[in-house]
Amino acid sequence: MTSKAKLMQGNEACTIGALAAGLEFYAGYPITPSTEIAELCAEELPKVGGKFIQMEDEIGSIAACIGASLVGKKAMTATSGPGFSLMQECLGYASLTEVPIVIVDVQRMGPSTGMPTSPAQGDLMQARWGTHGDHPVVVLAPGNVKECFELTFKAFDIAEAWRVPVIVLMDEIIGHMREKVVLPDFSTLKPKRRAAPSSPALYKPYAADSDGGVPLMAAFGEGYRAHVTGLFHDEAGRPSGKSEVADALMRRLARKVEKAASLIEEHFEESLDDAEIVVVSFGCSAMSGLSAVRRARREGIKAGMLRLKTMWPFPDELVARVAARARCIVVPEMNLGQLALEVERTACMCGASTGRAAVKRLGKVNGELFRPEEVYASIEEAAR
Amino acid sequence: MSSTLSYFRQESLPHIWCPGCGHGTVTGALVRAIRRQGLDKNKVCIVSGIGCSSRAVGYLDFDTLHTAHGRALAFATGIKLARPELKVIVMTGDGDCAAIGGNHFIHAARRNIDITTIVMNNNIYGMTSGQYSPMTPKGMYGTTAPYGNLERSFDLCELAKAAGATYVGRATSYHVPLLIDLIESALQNKGFSMVEAIVQCPTYFGRKNKMGSPVEMLNWIKDGVVNVKAAALLPPEKAAGKKLIGELYNAPAPEFTADYDELIAKVQRTYEKFQGGLYGCASNSD
Repeated sequence: MTSKAKLMQGNEACTIGALAAGLEFYAGYPITPSTEIAELCAEELPKVGGKFIQMEDEIGSIAACIGASLVGKKAMTATSGPGFSLMQECLGYASLTEVPIVIVDVQRMGPSTGMPTSPAQGDLMQARWGTHGDHPVVVLAPGNVKECFELTFKAFDIAEAWRVPVIVLMDEIIGHMREKVVLPDFSTLKPKRRAAPSSPALYKPYAADSDGGVPLMAAFGEGYRAHVTGLFHDEAGRPSGKSEVADALMRRLARKVEKAASLIEEHFEESLDDAEIVVVSFGCSAMSGLSAVRRARREGIKAGMLRLKTMWPFPDELVARVAARARCIVVPEMNLGQLALEVERTACMCGASTGRAAVKRLGKVNGELFRPEEVYASIEEAAR
Repeated sequence: MSSTLSYFRQESLPHIWCPGCGHGTVTGALVRAIRRQGLDKNKVCIVSGIGCSSRAVGYLDFDTLHTAHGRALAFATGIKLARPELKVIVMTGDGDCAAIGGNHFIHAARRNIDITTIVMNNNIYGMTSGQYSPMTPKGMYGTTAPYGNLERSFDLCELAKAAGATYVGRATSYHVPLLIDLIESALQNKGFSMVEAIVQCPTYFGRKNKMGSPVEMLNWIKDGVVNVKAAALLPPEKAAGKKLIGELYNAPAPEFTADYDELIAKVQRTYEKFQGGLYGCASNSD
């Protein structure tokens, strides 16, 4: 098929990205503002021999996805804040058992039922720390419709290559906004698939080098007769209560994603080289931020834009580099300072010789997208 | 025919269950039923949740999945729908299935998805040392029911039947040949099957209820049930208050994953020239 321009919604682009990556299984539960993803999967998956199921709740949805992934299928679920909260226990299960799945969270105003049809970015920390216990996770945040396609595709590649749950953190604006998108020729795409063992003889489902290797993954039903458990386990997958087994497992899981970080990291930047005031943002807030930065440049203010696409693992070095050069970092986000916390932390990593940018929190929690002039006013104030 | 023991991961034994526990009896019954059916070890997938009973899967030499509390049926639904050719069995307990997993239980039954569910009902939360469950009889004791349980218990077989299960049976760790027969029939049913196995927990349920020995508990279980065929011939007052054992319901109906495969074939016929998901998306949204 040849590539052509299309007008589409973020949720639609996300679904097409998943299908391009080889999605074979979707389980979900209806919730605004993510439901279009489920609807499109229900329509498209049977055409390619894939399966769609509407589960009884979001807990069942992520559980079914993990089950499907264990039999070798590429699986995804999509939800929004309340459903994402329900998924947290099984998100930890996927993390510990190293089962590749993709979870899309189209953020809305919370906590609780909140304002279901209004945008927010309050799940940034939940995406990282929502499940109990220390655990690795990868979170990608698209900033426009095309990136919904690209980053969902990439989410599957990361999940498969590193055996880790990957969260695509969208928001109501990004999910429902329509833009003209030119999709690539899909025949040129080469989606990744998990590395599998070649024979059941001597196969150990969790054997990997201690440096953070990724174990080979056998599908259920192929003669490997593997055991998968949410208990801490040894290399053979057997439950273990030994402290040294637990320690080695926890550290390997963490190192696995740490090592992947530089390969996963992706961002957008504009006018950063000589920028004194830098806007650091993500998702919908970054659209307003970029507009404000461009206006500031027109007004003669040395402003720059850094939009993060990889939220976790957090790009410490990148943000620290920006903080070492800039005078002030403005962080517009639709919460009360979750990204700003990370920016402040990384700004502290700057050496005394380089100086350190002040961090200005610009949180918005009324369910309305930032107007560019709000961000501009903050840049202008910092420039004075 | 291979030995019963060959279905176990012998390197994972001994098991963690208390002396006198009934879970081993049920696990043995399941293995014997699988053996009698001649199922291919490599095409059987056994899924469990959390609790004493759910630890069974770790000892069994199949593809096994020990999941989160209450969620075994949801994980199993993903496995079965994604690969319908696999035989999917769920091993669960009364707390795991009837309390935290109750919603998944009724919905798996409603869908009539081909999963054989073995519920080991020991009337108590054993792993957390003796709290009352939705299957603890009214008036009996648990650590969280120190003055006696005020809540009514489920009849899990009636619940399964009402929710849409197409095969339902009940046996006990006292009635082992019956238990094996029922599991075998459940494995043969193409649809959602549930076998409740009433088992003794002398350590927590027994001791709290003045039945500290396994023998006392087994006698209590035996005296509390009556075979459904025998009950039909008894005057109602003789069977009153007793749970029925035996095959309680067997009514085949269209199975979910088979229906889904038919749906795929139909959709693909409709989109005859369809070359893949992306092309489909493109045509749909034009």
